Amino acid sequence: MLQTMSNNLLALLPEYILTVTGVVIMLLEPVLPAHRSRRPLGWVSIAGMAAAIGVSFWQLQLGIMTAFSNSVRVDSYSVFFQVVIGLTAVATLLSSLHFFDGPKSNAGEFYVLVCFGTVGMMLMSCSTELLMVFVGLEISSIATYIMAGFRKNQASSTESSLKYFLLGSFATAFFLYGIALTFGATGSTNLSVIAGALSSTQTPVLAILAVAMIIIGIGFKVSAAPFHVWTPDVYQGAPAPVVGFMSTAPKAAAFAVLLRILFSGYAVYEPRWQSLLAIISVLSMCIGNLGALSQRDVKRMLAYSSIAHAGYLIAAFTALPTDGIAAAAFYSASYAATNVGAFIVISMVSGREERLRSGEDYTGLALRHPGLAAAFSFFLLSMIGIPFTAGFFGKFYVFTAVMQTGHTKLAIIGLLNSGVACFYYLRLIVRMYSRQGAVAAFTAEQSTARLPSSQQVGFVETHAIEAGRDVPALLALAGALMATLWLGVAPGRVLSLAQTAAVATAPVGTATQHTAYDPAALR
Amino acid sequence: MVPIPYYLVLAALLFSIGIGAFLIKRNIITVFMSIELMLNAVNLTFVAFSHVHRAVQGQIFVFFVMVVAAAEAAVGLAIIIAIFRARQTLDVDSINLMKN
Repeated sequence: MLQTMSNNLLALLPEYILTVTGVVIMLLEPVLPAHRSRRPLGWVSIAGMAAAIGVSFWQLQLGIMTAFSNSVRVDSYSVFFQVVIGLTAVATLLSSLHFFDGPKSNAGEFYVLVCFGTVGMMLMSCSTELLMVFVGLEISSIATYIMAGFRKNQASSTESSLKYFLLGSFATAFFLYGIALTFGATGSTNLSVIAGALSSTQTPVLAILAVAMIIIGIGFKVSAAPFHVWTPDVYQGAPAPVVGFMSTAPKAAAFAVLLRILFSGYAVYEPRWQSLLAIISVLSMCIGNLGALSQRDVKRMLAYSSIAHAGYLIAAFTALPTDGIAAAAFYSASYAATNVGAFIVISMVSGREERLRSGEDYTGLALRHPGLAAAFSFFLLSMIGIPFTAGFFGKFYVFTAVMQTGHTKLAIIGLLNSGVACFYYLRLIVRMYSRQGAVAAFTAEQSTARLPSSQQVGFVETHAIEAGRDVPALLALAGALMATLWLGVAPGRVLSLAQTAAVATAPVGTATQHTAYDPAALR
Repeated sequence: MVPIPYYLVLAALLFSIGIGAFLIKRNIITVFMSIELMLNAVNLTFVAFSHVHRAVQGQIFVFFVMVVAAAEAAVGLAIIIAIFRARQTLDVDSINLMKN
């Protein structure tokens, strides 16, 4: 009795810490005088998040733990994703300390939402029971819906929030219907029971329909084509630090769930869902990269790029379980580091009102903010997949895993797509470093300055000074840079963690693989 | 006693009507209601299967879906009010600030 209780406490300790942190901030927020800065609350949330990451890391030493009657499973797989999600959240909080500071910014509520959203994502990555997955998914989704519309007075932000909310709930309904059909086919919502029951189910049609519905639901959440329509609008309208968060952490959690459901729950149907995911992967890569080519808004371009990256990641699902899961986990870590960094730069360049956001505004950025421009270029190079960046090894592992399984066509399409992607990333880099453009942009700014209605130049100048002083955001930026560089130069440690994570979650999948395809067993 | 497949077919129909309404309707509130319809179709499916398997998990799941749907409705209606204050309209087609 005591044993199970302590197990239940230990298994979800990071989530408890974050929940308590969120509640504490909610209690402190009304106590603080209205005119006071909300930064201390931000530091409280960062401390809570750091503690949660530390505890999650410490859980590795406890070995595999199951809790709450087998609905939570803490292993190296869940820890890997929880640490990635937690670090993303810390970077987001650091970069938003200054961004959301100011009178009537409701910054305190923002920190609470980040904490609660992270609780949901962490729950998702450690649950082996579809009910827990659903609850975690909703906790994280509802928090991100609100965060997307955080600049309430700005019409584009509420619009982004509405679109995210409507399409997100639509996707949830599909995901739920998938769970209901799974329950119908197997009589359970627990992944290990499902895996056992599926091999002898009398209603395979129901099960196939169920897995298709689940893939549609998660496909919406990770913005894979053809379920990507909401992504550009939502990313364009939401505040930049929020976009950095919601394009990485919820996606990592959703991929963690999808990997677990497919490889350990639905392992029997692997050939079927693999062909479905191969199609989704190709569509996402092509639509994402071709769509990004014609975008002028930088955030919108990165939205299309994130669709393409979801495509690369989904390609890993077609590989063998252990290779595929390891590659996908590594890719989500490298993409998180890169994308969070890129959005920190965007939020520092554009400021809270986000007036500077089109590609033209980035012309000659290197002259105004050489450091920011260099960092942004590095992140963009990582998204292309240039060696010595995290993106290179992410793509490398995914495509080797795919090649080894024999899906050569998929790998070739992916590599061709990376070539197309080079174009729009490099175009932005060239623009930042073009001197001619800088002069043109400067004169343009001068001419707008003469117009009495526009205070753009004044805004740019003051914001530039503020951005230079924004130490926490610079810290987060340095962290993201170092993570991107570290994953690109010495990926061994994280890769070995990803591999142990893959082994921890794939036993059911690999077991069925061997019995199904082992020629010796057939004889 | 109504056979179980009838419930499942009804649920599938309700779900499809929900999808159709989500795609066709132009008022945000109606679009939101169609999502609720889809969720309730799922609930019906759960209860029907719960009866088939004589397992109570399906019915427990329904309660969770209801609670989460209520939480979602609270947030969703707040967002809709924010949109209405900013635009004075609830027409989906006029919510299009972010086109190139």
